[in-house]
Amino acid sequence: MKLVTAIIKPFKLDDVREAISEIGIDGLTVTEVKGFGRQKGHTELYRGAEYQVDFLPKVKLEVAVQDDHVERLVEAIVGAAKTGKIGDGKVFVYDLEHAVRIRTGETDGEAI
Amino acid sequence: MEITFELGYAIDTFYFLMCGVLVMWMAAGFTMLEAGLVRAKNTTEILTKNVALYAIACIMYMVCGYWIMYGGDGGISTATPFLEGILSDGATGVAEDAATYAPASDFFFQVVFVATAMSIVSGAVAERMKLWAFLAFTVVLTGFIYPMSGSWTWGGDSVFGLYTLGDMGFSDFAGSGIVHMAGASAALAGVLLLGSRKGKYSEDGKVNAIPGANLPMATLGTFILWMGWFGFNGGSVLALASVESANAVAVVFLNTNAAAAGGLVSALILARILFKKADLTMALNGALAGLVAITAEPSTPSPIQATLFGALGGILVVFSILAFDKLKIDDPVGAISVHGVVGLLGLLLVPFTNPEAATFSGQLLGAATIFIWVFGISFIVWAILKAVMGIRVTEEEEFEGVDMSECGLEAYPDFTISRN
Repeated sequence: MKLVTAIIKPFKLDDVREAISEIGIDGLTVTEVKGFGRQKGHTELYRGAEYQVDFLPKVKLEVAVQDDHVERLVEAIVGAAKTGKIGDGKVFVYDLEHAVRIRTGETDGEAI
Repeated sequence: MEITFELGYAIDTFYFLMCGVLVMWMAAGFTMLEAGLVRAKNTTEILTKNVALYAIACIMYMVCGYWIMYGGDGGISTATPFLEGILSDGATGVAEDAATYAPASDFFFQVVFVATAMSIVSGAVAERMKLWAFLAFTVVLTGFIYPMSGSWTWGGDSVFGLYTLGDMGFSDFAGSGIVHMAGASAALAGVLLLGSRKGKYSEDGKVNAIPGANLPMATLGTFILWMGWFGFNGGSVLALASVESANAVAVVFLNTNAAAAGGLVSALILARILFKKADLTMALNGALAGLVAITAEPSTPSPIQATLFGALGGILVVFSILAFDKLKIDDPVGAISVHGVVGLLGLLLVPFTNPEAATFSGQLLGAATIFIWVFGISFIVWAILKAVMGIRVTEEEEFEGVDMSECGLEAYPDFTISRN
């Protein structure tokens, strides 16, 4: 099992959700997060004076899947979240050791 | 149709009082504007300042301010300390063709102008001044400084027996100079002695932005001021109950509105050109600048002239705010630019449309008289307050926010706020 985590632009969340549903994945956890990448945020002007916006708002997705779904899932996220401009985000894939569905007690493959 | 004297008296009095109510409501406008443009941690204190200054202005102007301003040779003889003289009937012994109203309504209309002048100061010194030093200054400005310069202008008295501004070609219809520039002059003196907010200017000369906490509130405040200004300028016609004065009132309303619109649009466009983004706070300042610019003479310009005068104010205010920042004169809400710099512009625009009443030399002399008096005496009073009780909170109190150190209350206790 793998845990796929993606940091994406907030306005792309609906597109990503649809793309994930289309490939038959049923669960998704979303967190509103802030952060910066290579551009280190950006500057804005207020009454003619600059101020630094260090942390930009992003959305973090977490999806647990079977190993054989990972490639399609990552493709779906990247395809849906891509704008080609700076700040599109990143996808991380982790090994997932164990999973339990709390209601039934099912584990691992049955639980996700 | 002839209007009876008594009916005219009643209409003029009613109109005067209702315009006073509109100007009184400008206190709410200033309060919301300032509360929106300061940081959340300084909101309760600025609200406290604004309600307290209004109340203090009302008391001080009753005690001696009105008498100083209008009790002299050039003014109305019934003005006395504690106002006993103005409670009488204004209609008795007055010629039938004169514009008349109850004398007590004149006090009400005038007192809300004093409060306006003092409101201008509170925004400029926001976020770092001690509450009680500010209120002590309020007592002096509303009870003495403003009434003195007011006595030389609207009061008709000579300036220490030297010259009389009315004879020198000075005209300020509703107070671009007498109210707005006076308030800004007192504010400038305070800011110079107070210093800038911590973190506003870096040692390398960089100007740092300190964004306001609540722009919906600042926008509401601007609209309230815009509305209140109809009373400020419209009421300054002083009469309504004749064809002539009704026409004048309508033109004043129209021009006041036109100037605000011109100021907002020009500042918005200029901000977009200079900063690549439409800076709302500059647009709001632009609307107020348009209003200040037209206040010195809202009755003689044509509507297009009024719009252009307002637009000129809107452009000037943006450059003025940037220039004051370059000089490291920290004014969180832009009050010195809106009311002072544009107030001067308003005075200088009068001779273009009303050359019978005003000359450039007269306007400059009047502006200089008001500025030197208000700035000079204010500087001395601020300096005394600084020496006696201190005018600035400690660095730690400033960091934590003056809401807690001065009032012990947060404005938004249920929200998480960033402290920067």
